[in-house]
Amino acid sequence: MTLESLLFSIVPVSLLVAVAGLDMVSFPQIMLSRPLVSATLAGAFVGRPGAGLLIGAVLELIALETLPFGASRYAEWGSAGVVGGVVMAGQPAGAAGALPVAMFVSLAAAVFSSRSMVWVRNWNAHQARHLRAELDAGAPTAVDALQVRGLSMDLLRGFVVTFVALLILFPLSHKIVAIWGVDAVHSRAVVTALAATVAAGAIWTLTHRAARAGWLFVLGLGAGTALLLLQ
Amino acid sequence: MTNSATTPRARTDPGTPPPIGSLAVAESFLRLFAVQGSWNYETMVGNGIAFCMKPLLRGLPEEHYRAALARQARYFNAHPYLAGIAVGALARAELDGEDPAKVERYRTALCGPLGSVGDQLVWAGWLPLCSLVALTAFALGAGPLVVVCIFLGAYNVGHIALRAWGLRVGLRRGMRVAPALSNPLFRDGPAVLARISAVLAGLILPLALQRIIGPGRVLAGSVAVVAVVGAVILARFGARATGWRAALALLSIFVLYSVAR
Repeated sequence: MTLESLLFSIVPVSLLVAVAGLDMVSFPQIMLSRPLVSATLAGAFVGRPGAGLLIGAVLELIALETLPFGASRYAEWGSAGVVGGVVMAGQPAGAAGALPVAMFVSLAAAVFSSRSMVWVRNWNAHQARHLRAELDAGAPTAVDALQVRGLSMDLLRGFVVTFVALLILFPLSHKIVAIWGVDAVHSRAVVTALAATVAAGAIWTLTHRAARAGWLFVLGLGAGTALLLLQ
Repeated sequence: MTNSATTPRARTDPGTPPPIGSLAVAESFLRLFAVQGSWNYETMVGNGIAFCMKPLLRGLPEEHYRAALARQARYFNAHPYLAGIAVGALARAELDGEDPAKVERYRTALCGPLGSVGDQLVWAGWLPLCSLVALTAFALGAGPLVVVCIFLGAYNVGHIALRAWGLRVGLRRGMRVAPALSNPLFRDGPAVLARISAVLAGLILPLALQRIIGPGRVLAGSVAVVAVVGAVILARFGARATGWRAALALLSIFVLYSVAR
């Protein structure tokens, strides 16, 4: 895919990510924002859902580490997944650097989209202070207005972050992939090792307090290895 | 149940709590999906609680309606999927004409449990489990549509059921909703989900690695060993840096190396 053809699809793709970004926290939290979904959908928009699924699976392994606990600051995977899906699906099939470059731009986008979420939350607090007198008087219109403003700003945030990220990162990713100097197998191995490391650490954190979780992991690992050998 | 009006109305019998219409409950349920629409670091989900409760409180007289909305729009924190419990229980308390000071104390008491119970059950249990189930399908060769449908289908069955149950139980029990949080699902669910996740994580690790890397068992095995060693290092030094940021840093070096080569 060329930059010119991307420009035709960048608006629908940015709309997709606006919805995925909104889904992360504000509405409706049905997990369209998980990279497995958002990257696959973005890949489908560009015409290669399989490529989107591949980068989506890699990012999903990493996203296991950053679950949206309360007020913690976490990566916003909706935008990052879409950027990764578009970049991955937009590269020539079989390009050696496609997967590592797609992962790199996704994680870079995650850094910025994560900061943009903090900005929106502070903006929401400012709006709440602005409407405080009306809220304290129990004005129903103020309650609705604050909610609608927050939702609208989050929708806009996702759109802008992705639009800008794609405008900068998509051409850059093409240039990097064109001069990529490591073969495809080893490139994928590096990406997978990084993703699997983060995922294994996350799974350990999430499960180690449960009784016999370590043994159950080993049991699963044995079954997975057996299945692999049988294939 | 009767249908609700769109504006507050005068109560005809001061001794009887105003009825809650089925349309009001449905509207409140739909609003729950946007409960975090104005989430911020000061009032957190507070305004969202008032936003979701609005349809349920419309049966109150105007003065009581506004006073209740003002109370409910203040600071509140809860897991978004369990916010329905608070919305239902507090709406019931307001409609039953409970003492405002008592309602505020109960509201404060609900914050902690609804946050921690939900985080453990959903964010640390159900979400990773559904991710792992979908990744298992991916590792076994399923296509994009199947993987996405498995993930969204499995996750949202639990998600929507939890939201609906929360609102229902809150409305039914009012200020006696606390025992609902001792439900075995909340008590034992996270540990059961963690054990299933541990098995699935072990199962998918070698299979997913091979699907991503391609044929070559030795390479997949080497990557698996690197992942296990790296995970141990991450677990040991996890407090200093998040894994995904460390991955981004290492990947940047790899990209530079590959471009400069």
